[in-house]
Amino acid sequence: MSLLAVAGLAVHYGDLIGAADVSLTVAAGEIVALLGANGAGKTTTLNAIAGLVPPAGGQILWQGEDIAGRPAHHIVARGIALSPEGWRLFTRQSVEANLRLGATRLAVRAELPGRFARVYALFPRLAERRRQSAGTLSGGERQMLALGRALMSAPRLLLLDEPSLGLGPAVVDQVFAALLTLRTEGLTLLIAEQSAELALELADRAYVLQTGRTVLEGRAGDLLQNPEVRRAYLGG
Amino acid sequence: MILVQLVADGLLLGAVYALLSSGLTLIWGMMNVVNFAHGDFVMLAMYIAFVAVTFLHVGPAVFVPLAALMLFGLGVGVYFALIRHVMRGPMLAQILSTFGLGILLRYMVFWVFSANFVSLPNRMAGGVLAIAGLRLQDSRLLAGLMALLLTVGLHLMLTRTAFGSRLLAVAEDRTAAMLVGIRPDAMQALAWGIGAACAGVAGALIALFFYISPLVGDSLVLIAFVTVCLGGFGSIPGALVAGLAIGVIESLSAWFIGAAWQDVVVFALFLLALWLRPQGLMGKA
Repeated sequence: MSLLAVAGLAVHYGDLIGAADVSLTVAAGEIVALLGANGAGKTTTLNAIAGLVPPAGGQILWQGEDIAGRPAHHIVARGIALSPEGWRLFTRQSVEANLRLGATRLAVRAELPGRFARVYALFPRLAERRRQSAGTLSGGERQMLALGRALMSAPRLLLLDEPSLGLGPAVVDQVFAALLTLRTEGLTLLIAEQSAELALELADRAYVLQTGRTVLEGRAGDLLQNPEVRRAYLGG
Repeated sequence: MILVQLVADGLLLGAVYALLSSGLTLIWGMMNVVNFAHGDFVMLAMYIAFVAVTFLHVGPAVFVPLAALMLFGLGVGVYFALIRHVMRGPMLAQILSTFGLGILLRYMVFWVFSANFVSLPNRMAGGVLAIAGLRLQDSRLLAGLMALLLTVGLHLMLTRTAFGSRLLAVAEDRTAAMLVGIRPDAMQALAWGIGAACAGVAGALIALFFYISPLVGDSLVLIAFVTVCLGGFGSIPGALVAGLAIGVIESLSAWFIGAAWQDVVVFALFLLALWLRPQGLMGKA
């Protein structure tokens, strides 16, 4: 059984349609990529799964239970964490305070030191800067902190929105290496990414979204060879 | 020597102003809402003190916590019944709703207690403490020290505790706060409760040495607004420094120029300070 199964998801922002008909599944241990142009519905889909926007229709099954429309604090407590687009850090608080806030819904408080150690081992830069306010970090460090903050809730599924956006190639390599490490530890990942090339290198499978609908699905290797995908997203 | 006496009196009064303003600045800093009913919250707390003393024959050890608790409840109630609904509406809706709430409260009190001035009996902390050549009224000493303690405590709670960190998280980014599992509604309701409780404690303490009337909130809240502007919107250390400064300026100008002129001096200096530093002493530009 898949860990997450989204079926016929629709999200409306007033008259605007954020997602019309999105369906996807993620199995435990998989890395799944969501591809598509700006406005295709990638962020909307992730936000709906995380409970930030209520769906107008469709199902979001998490381990067999429909969680569509549940509030965000409920969903993060169930083991789904989102590292949002633009990081959305608490810039006036320290790196450590940001991470501690990430653990707000950590069920077993005794795990807190272990979570800190885990995140600091993954990103030693964050440990060096833990007393600094998050507003003083560089772009790459902000992405690491957003990722670390999401990991503090000990999630089973990590949703990542545009992890490469605005970052230099060296930092992107570093972040993606961390994602692979996380996968070997059993974390499941659903990644929305504009750079299809990067996403398909990392992912096992991928879905292509177009104007709020899933239009294509396949193994990452197959999609890399798919002429349609190459033309639309890989520049030839 | 008279100078030291005046400064000490001013500092004690200023600490109460600081606490008075902390509630206002906390609510503003949390959600950019100006609570125009803040002065009426203070007035309610003064009547709570009056009723507790007159009918229950209790002292400040009882009526100060009582006022804090009742105002906390009022603040949380006002958030859920009113603020939550107008918070994301136009600015004018926010202004009118808290302003209207203030008018409702003052005329309810007017109706029950009439417009007559009342005050607490003088025996309530009516002594004078002589220390190192200074003569400090017990009532003002108690009010000043408690207010100082609570204002510093509030600041420490915001900056040093996990609860404070969550409040600040909601203040900065509601969506990100939701993502980590915080319920913004709960935090904002608590901020309103705490802000109102600050008004409650300040009001109960001021009642120890000030007259009580349904409109007393007006003159007090004006000082609170000046304190908040001068200290920088949303900054509690700013409110503390500004409150103390205003207390001392009032005390000195009342002595050297005349009590009738103390407000003129405070507001003139306030205008000057705004002209030189519009973001307030500790506000961000």
